[in-house]
Amino acid sequence: MAKVIVNDIEVDADAKDNCILAARKAGVEIPHYCWHEALSVVASCRMCLVEVGETKPDGTVVMGPKLVPGCQTPIKDGTVIRTNSDKVKTAQQMTLELLLLNHPLDCSICDQAGECYLQDYTYKYGNAASRLDEPKLQRMDKYHIGEQIALFTDRCVMCTRCVRFTREISGTAELQVTNRGSHEEIDVFPDTPCDNKLAGNVVDLCPVGALCSKDFLYKKRVWWLKSANSVCTGCSTGCSIHVDQNEDKVYRLRPRDNPLAQGHFMCDEGRFGFKYIHDERRLRKPKLTDALAVDAGTASKSAKPNGTADLNFAEPWLDVLTVTRNKIKEAIKTDARGFVAVLSPFMSVEEAYLLASYLKSLDKKVRLVLGRVPVVGSDDKYPKGSKGEAPAPDKIKFTIRSEKCPNRLGVEMILRHFEGDLVTVEQAVARADATAWYFVGGYNVGWVTDPIDRGVGKPSLLIVQDIFASPLSERADIVLASSTFAERDGTYVNHTGLAQAACGAVRCPGDARADGRILMELAERKGLYNAMTLRKEIGKAIPGLAAIAVGDLGEHGVKVTPVREPILF
Amino acid sequence: MTTKKSKTVKWGEEPKIGWWEAMYLPAIAGGLATAIKHAFSGRTTTRQYPDVEPEIPPNYRGVHRLNRDEEGRVKCVACYMCQTACPANCIEIIAAPAPKDDPHWKDRDKFPQTFTIDELRCIYCGMCEEACPVDAIELTSVYDLTGYTRKELIFDKEKLLSVFDETSTAGKDPVRTNRGALGPASVEAATASQGPPPPGRGSHG
Ligand code: SF4
Ligand code: SF4
Ligand code: SF4
Ligand code: SF4
Ligand code: FES
Repeated sequence: MAKVIVNDIEVDADAKDNCILAARKAGVEIPHYCWHEALSVVASCRMCLVEVGETKPDGTVVMGPKLVPGCQTPIKDGTVIRTNSDKVKTAQQMTLELLLLNHPLDCSICDQAGECYLQDYTYKYGNAASRLDEPKLQRMDKYHIGEQIALFTDRCVMCTRCVRFTREISGTAELQVTNRGSHEEIDVFPDTPCDNKLAGNVVDLCPVGALCSKDFLYKKRVWWLKSANSVCTGCSTGCSIHVDQNEDKVYRLRPRDNPLAQGHFMCDEGRFGFKYIHDERRLRKPKLTDALAVDAGTASKSAKPNGTADLNFAEPWLDVLTVTRNKIKEAIKTDARGFVAVLSPFMSVEEAYLLASYLKSLDKKVRLVLGRVPVVGSDDKYPKGSKGEAPAPDKIKFTIRSEKCPNRLGVEMILRHFEGDLVTVEQAVARADATAWYFVGGYNVGWVTDPIDRGVGKPSLLIVQDIFASPLSERADIVLASSTFAERDGTYVNHTGLAQAACGAVRCPGDARADGRILMELAERKGLYNAMTLRKEIGKAIPGLAAIAVGDLGEHGVKVTPVREPILF
Repeated sequence: MTTKKSKTVKWGEEPKIGWWEAMYLPAIAGGLATAIKHAFSGRTTTRQYPDVEPEIPPNYRGVHRLNRDEEGRVKCVACYMCQTACPANCIEIIAAPAPKDDPHWKDRDKFPQTFTIDELRCIYCGMCEEACPVDAIELTSVYDLTGYTRKELIFDKEKLLSVFDETSTAGKDPVRTNRGALGPASVEAATASQGPPPPGRGSHG
């Protein structure tokens, strides 16, 4: 701990902090472009110039004669930082004037406008009048810089954050600075575009609108986007993310800083892999086989053979859950051991708990098994070496995991609690003694493998709760149209046992419903689905998940202890 | 309703009616006097519309138009400023990257693929015109907007451009504003005051 005085405010800072971090703790912003917490310090933009002094043993304060870059200047006990003197203000104005010298100021067509640090700092610290009389330098835009990224060369402020990212985090080193002086440009070598699996991060890192995501380009002005804190479901790293949406359409995912989870970044697979949320082929309403529909008495309302489907106002969920509940009870009564529920690792902890506790309350002999855990290749570790080799274990800065689901650990903990032993769907299918199946899907890609398909065969009852049609849903007795991660609240436990809360950002398409809502109603629980309340309940019920009993997991989440528990049932 | 009086609210009392006002006759006589005065003043105020069209002042805010640039392309750069500013929510734009391989569009990055204004929903406040950084949208002096259906009065890009073609040559509505290449930004930014950063942003590291 070191006592630092920032603009007459005294704060306790970490001895390893630089001036920017120390000032941040005092609530003072030191504007900066080139410095980034996760990257090396180059101190090249000069935006962070501040006055720094020290307290002598006799208590007098001696200020340094020159302005120093705050990003590069470490603090110690008694350091005095001034960011509001005239000297600092003039320096900030001059830096901004220089940065804007050749800047095209095309904010009106720039995707960054609204979240641009050149706009913000100019507004807050700039002088706004340019003394340049010459025409501005104009440079060609480079759409070829990467498959997903375009470079608007004119807008670059030469902070080199993007260059350092490809050198230090991805280790692929595609980007570099070419030319010198005011002709400096960011570029790639011919035919080696910046296409590594972390490339999308340079768009977030770029403090201005120079590097833009082609996927998001001109799709939406950022001030219309509402953001929800969520968790990427692409792999078991469980990157913390922002889901940016407008009018029920997700436009982009952005990484959210989380030192407990992934750090500052996310991979492109996760970043651009959300498109399936808006896939036309999503299941949009629940379905009963005709025989069941007649049972339920809904047939007369929903089946209109004369093509007036559009005028059919019948509530599609009407009676569906009652029929489902009755059918489940019936099947369990006939053969409780033969009733198998498959919980997918895409379910949240709450949903898994709702379904497991409901089925076990009907009959303890019901079997619960873990759904297919998709694994693709092996863990992909960064930064890569010069030949593309993986880094030494202590140098790893980012890992894309081979386990392509968010919550295997969480669902496993629920299963171990209720079932004692962990059985996978593959094992259950191989045993071929099930008479009724309840499948929960929610996978971003097809998941029904041949063995599962064949092993399930034609049981007496097949219930599928999923987002896409599959061979199983085609022949299911009951299909419950459910939701993706962007449409529901819940908790995911990542590979290290970090439980993070994800919040729903958009509504489900058509008449599909969030899984939590389906299960609450199925279990005939009172009230609406509320992740916070359920977390408290789960935390109390399951010792391994006791940490989530706080309800509000905060922005970073809490660690849970994945332990084997004694069999309770 | 609460009767609590706060310092910031001034409460007025209804004036008391005395015996003179309660007779009503003086007020009736006063009204009659005004009517008679107007009847014999010799000034006619009936407008002979539509036989005689009224003089519309140059700052009248009528139907919108989308201006063209020197090359005849739509001047709008699809920045969505007007849509953001519009209090009636009646502008809807879908932007697209300009067709870069078309030599005609080579120097443009972004353009409005569609641009629709619901002229019935518009309150003709002129905020869109005010907000536009490139003077692409303007309100004209066209005031007699009629149609047979509501749909007809939802103007699309072509219709708005055709309003420009009609009005810009007629003389009544010259392209009014023409600020410098950087638009109003350079002037206004100089006088802008400092403010807090916009909320809801990710961290900048
Ligand atoms: S980078 Fe920032 S200042 Fe430059 S045009 Fe884009 S929004 Fe405007
Ligand atoms: S492209 Fe962006 S991140 Fe890269 S140097 Fe330029 S301003 Fe910095
Ligand atoms: S005149 Fe006002 S209400 Fe009409 S489109 Fe423009 S901003 Fe909207
Ligand atoms: S403000 Fe002007 S340039 Fe921007 S979208 Fe509207 S009409 Fe187009
Ligand atoms: S942030 Fe310190 S010089 Fe760039």
